[in-house]
Amino acid sequence: MKKEQKRYYFDYAATTPVDKRVLEAMMLYFSDNYGNPSSIHSFGEEANEAVEKARELIAGYIAALQTEIYFTSSATESNNWALKGIASANKKKGNRVIISSIEHHCVLNTAKWLSQKGFDVVEAKVNSEGFVDPKELKKLINPQTILVSIMHSNNEIGIIEPISEIGKICKEKGIYFHTDAAQSYGKMPLDVNELNVDLLTASSHKIYGPKGVAILYVRKGVVIDPLLHGGGQERDKRSSTLNVPGIVGFGKATELCEREMEKEGKRQTALRDEIIDFALKNIPNTHLNGPKDSRLCNNINLRFDFIEGESLLMYLDSRGIAVSTSSACSSPKLEPSHVLIACGIPKEAAHGSIRISIGRFTTKKDVEYFLKTLEKSVKKLREMSPLNAKNH
Amino acid sequence: MRRIIKNMYTEKVMKHFHNPVNMGKMVKPDGVGKVGNMACGDMMYMYIKVGTNKQGKDIIKDIKFQTFGCVAAIATSSAITEIVKGKTLEYALKIKHTDIMESLQGLPPIKIHCSVLATEALEDAIYDYLHKSGKFVTKELQKKHEEVLKHNQMLEEEYKEYIDSQLN
Repeated sequence: MKKEQKRYYFDYAATTPVDKRVLEAMMLYFSDNYGNPSSIHSFGEEANEAVEKARELIAGYIAALQTEIYFTSSATESNNWALKGIASANKKKGNRVIISSIEHHCVLNTAKWLSQKGFDVVEAKVNSEGFVDPKELKKLINPQTILVSIMHSNNEIGIIEPISEIGKICKEKGIYFHTDAAQSYGKMPLDVNELNVDLLTASSHKIYGPKGVAILYVRKGVVIDPLLHGGGQERDKRSSTLNVPGIVGFGKATELCEREMEKEGKRQTALRDEIIDFALKNIPNTHLNGPKDSRLCNNINLRFDFIEGESLLMYLDSRGIAVSTSSACSSPKLEPSHVLIACGIPKEAAHGSIRISIGRFTTKKDVEYFLKTLEKSVKKLREMSPLNAKNH
Repeated sequence: MRRIIKNMYTEKVMKHFHNPVNMGKMVKPDGVGKVGNMACGDMMYMYIKVGTNKQGKDIIKDIKFQTFGCVAAIATSSAITEIVKGKTLEYALKIKHTDIMESLQGLPPIKIHCSVLATEALEDAIYDYLHKSGKFVTKELQKKHEEVLKHNQMLEEEYKEYIDSQLN
């Protein structure tokens, strides 16, 4: 029998495995304590207690009140709700919504939908590293502005935006400020007061929790319409029977991330820098997309001249390594990543980019195998490329 | 990981991708075809050496390719060289992109343009040979060449800076 190739996961920014400790905490809430937290009998009471415990853990991590945490089904739902809910409830005040050009598609496409409904959506540009300039953003704010939504850190290039500074500007102007923290939540300390945010999105499956659970933090007093109407769960703001095992898992995952954050952050940062330094030093014509500093501890995005991202991804894949690419060849529209384009990287160069994201279970040995394989794969593909000067 | 391959590419495609045949630059080719679309991330160079068979007909004695592009771009380049090597130019010019797709047991819809690109690269290499050696070029091939030329010119203008930076 052919031996199964060992697999190496370098795509933690896409999703993470559920930590065994998280799974264990969840198990009790499927077939044993299966009550509906809205029921007032003892079954419901048990489930409700578990949900509230998770809410407490999450609120504690981001320094929010428990009543400011709303459970949702995904970061996509949270972002949809933040934008549509604020726009709908505040349309009498104005119609301008400001986002950045590197937001996740769930923000970009929600904003697009809002503009089709008559809202005035404007995009803040970013510099070549992906930074939103708070001063430039300030210029986009007019008296009609009701909401600013800028992601805390970018899913492709890992840049951490100056959220606190942008939040301060919004606060002074009395404008609601939302941040999508799906990538940074669990990886660094987050304090909604220090960040000056009114709304914050976070997701469970990016932090070793289950898929299908997320939160929207909504600061007390913020005027927002619900996205889902129904039985009035989540203090009448988000109807739906609560996903109890999922929520329990999200709470546990948050607790573990917070507890292990300092150590893990340092460990992953060292591995991240090892990958970046090795690639830039040993593989010629290689570039780092995004900044060297102010970057998530687990994100690496590299661009290799003369080759195409999908080919590289498949080469690595055949050697057991999973990375991600946003090269045009893997998208139905044949358009390269909007994030790289927004950073001013020409389309034709953006094609040769891959995202490598590490995590809790990435070891130094994995990184060594990855780097060795990466170097070989890039070399092999370059041998085929007509753009490679050496082939002329 | 196996799922991606199975969903998107056939085993035949992956075989050509991992072990491409006739890959590399040719020294002193009789004809060269260069086609591509940088914005979509594909560039193909096709090189041919021409000989004659027992019947005195021009044949593709040797063929090589260089490709910058995705899995499908590399696989279609490799596949077309396999199909036409040793065959007459007449035969090679009859190869359609659907023939390449068939030999690869299919391509995902968004990758069909890669197989079109491969036939264009070959046709233009043959055109280059016929033109240089003063042989008869059919109207159809002439027209195809002009289209490739127009396209390449457009690309050159659009991506001159980038291509120059890559070649230096």
